[in-house]
Amino acid sequence: MIQVGIDVGAKFIKAVVLRDGKLIAKDQTPSGFEGKENAKKLYDQVLQKAGISPDAVNSINSTGSGRKVVDFATKSITDVTAAARGATSLFPEVHTVIDVGAEEGRSIRCNQDGKVVDFSINEKCAAGAGAFTEAMARALEIPLEKFGDLSLKSTKEIPMNAQCAVFAESEVVSLLHAKTPKEDIAKAINDAVASRITSMVRKVGFEKEVALIGGVAYNIGFIKSLETDLKEKIIIPDGPEYVCAYGAALITN
Amino acid sequence: MKIPTYKTEQLKCWNKAKEIRNNFYKNYANAHENGGLRWAGGAWSFGAIPAGLGNDIFPITGEPYAASIAFDKEFSIRCLEAVEKKGYARDLCSYMRNYWGSVILDEYAFGGKFPKPDFMWQDHICCSHAKWYQVASDLEGGIPTFCIDVAVGPYMEVTDNRLEYVVNQMHEGIEWLEKTTGRKYDDEKLIEAVHNECRSTSLWAEICELNKAVPAPLDEKSMYSLYVLGTLEKHSKVVADFYQELLDEVKYRVENQIAAVKHERCRLMSDTQPPWGFLKIFRYLEKFGAISVGSLYTFGLIGVWEDKADGTWGPRTTPQQKGIKIENRDQALRILADWNLSKPEWQHFYSPHLKSDMMTRIAKEWKLDGIMLHYNRGCEGLSVGIAENRLALIEQGFPVMTFEGNMGDEREFDEAQTVSRIDSFMETLGFDIIDEEKVTV
Repeated sequence: MIQVGIDVGAKFIKAVVLRDGKLIAKDQTPSGFEGKENAKKLYDQVLQKAGISPDAVNSINSTGSGRKVVDFATKSITDVTAAARGATSLFPEVHTVIDVGAEEGRSIRCNQDGKVVDFSINEKCAAGAGAFTEAMARALEIPLEKFGDLSLKSTKEIPMNAQCAVFAESEVVSLLHAKTPKEDIAKAINDAVASRITSMVRKVGFEKEVALIGGVAYNIGFIKSLETDLKEKIIIPDGPEYVCAYGAALITN
Repeated sequence: MKIPTYKTEQLKCWNKAKEIRNNFYKNYANAHENGGLRWAGGAWSFGAIPAGLGNDIFPITGEPYAASIAFDKEFSIRCLEAVEKKGYARDLCSYMRNYWGSVILDEYAFGGKFPKPDFMWQDHICCSHAKWYQVASDLEGGIPTFCIDVAVGPYMEVTDNRLEYVVNQMHEGIEWLEKTTGRKYDDEKLIEAVHNECRSTSLWAEICELNKAVPAPLDEKSMYSLYVLGTLEKHSKVVADFYQELLDEVKYRVENQIAAVKHERCRLMSDTQPPWGFLKIFRYLEKFGAISVGSLYTFGLIGVWEDKADGTWGPRTTPQQKGIKIENRDQALRILADWNLSKPEWQHFYSPHLKSDMMTRIAKEWKLDGIMLHYNRGCEGLSVGIAENRLALIEQGFPVMTFEGNMGDEREFDEAQTVSRIDSFMETLGFDIIDEEKVTV
């Protein structure tokens, strides 16, 4: 059986192809302004990569904030269900799934069967999500890929407003003017986002084991901050940004 | 899963409810034409008391008036901006800001200039209540204002002394009304208004109680248009009589399984005022076969309840039903004070736990599958402690969804995000959008 999952996120569209539940191909492309066209292009691309003809596809499930643009999908699944399903399928021992993408950060608590028990999502402000870290990296004039490594060089604790991206950016500018080393600022930013996410985790109730998925899981500085806050080791899957697409693909109609 | 299908039909008395509401705002605006008086105050103020000044005394109650403004997004944004330009903070009560904006712009939501009240008659339980009318009075050039403090603690702790404290203020208020208006006070009219208030607020509770039925005869979006009459003039005979008519109709719906939502299969409740400019989220729920059957807010803002012998929650027995004959002013005021102090929505100003208990009770007795809590940034009074309520409901085993918004300031509500959250919540409860073509009857 061939199942496809497409996750239309705020920044990237991710797609996976499964054969009998096993991942055989994955790919991604920027969401851009033409989400619908880009999702279709990515679908064709990932099938080609998997060596699968469109006629052989049994199901196409879409997820993500832009899931409704995938008009060729057989089913549309919310991010919460897809994230929970993906993470608990990969790691059945996981009961808390933290998903931090570009636009949203969310915490999901699952039961023994991987069913969602409760969830929490950041409100209007993106302070608890990847777009915020990206904006802060720009303010610090450092490449995003180096942000995590840089923050690990710091051992300082600098409190920062984690509730509002605008206030936080203004704090970053003040710290830069005060000649605070960039690694200390980077750590302060990761700590702030981690604190925001931790509050969401605590809101829905924290239960071991915990997995982190979404693009922000590439930021090792953030992982360290989150592990420190939660006092728990966090499981990071390979290709964390594909987990929602994978979870969506797994859901049978 | 088999999807249930029920008969549905519009309420027969729907248009009458609209007519009563329209007349209320018209009567207030036109009061002076026939030598009558206008007063302004909160929906919770003791409206039965000014009724003793005559039959030509017409109120405007601030909260429902502000909700009407909020429903008109274009007017609301002008009101809110006018208030901000005057220097008032954006995080104040959004009802209050809409109301002040209407005064500042001198525009009445129902056409023409804002009709200036002759006096203000308010009570104070929420932190914004007295301040609301103090500022409104200033904005209108100094309107005589009287405010009764009712913050004497939860009903279960009300002692004779505490009741006396409220009743004494009411007596003073009557003297003040006579002095301010130059009219002689008529105790018979007060007694009649107290009777009407007890009758209308008990009847509303009885109507809400009928929503325990499956399928529910009323959905919360429609209930907003019905309970509002009690927030306008709970002491009037017109409202009490209308609630009797509505009760009879809702009883008929229950007996005949006439549902508010055709495919009811998921029962929810909300909490606090909804984002008035976005009531369509309730219609969106219906696509899943979900219905909000009410809330502590809709049931208990004007509805007055009591514990029944079988342990359930039901309408409070009125003095008339108990055979009590009100003989004089003091007795009328005492009954009015006691009656209002037992109002459910007044209890949780003292403790979120009292609110959690009432919400849990609703969740159980109204057979709910989940709860949608509005983290309402526009109303500190009713939202304070809501996160505690969420925890208590979860502890009792009810799935809870939260969404942030503001009852009266659309700038603080994200419709797309709320819809997306509803999608996730419904999915976790196991419900998809119903495909009508696949429904078998």
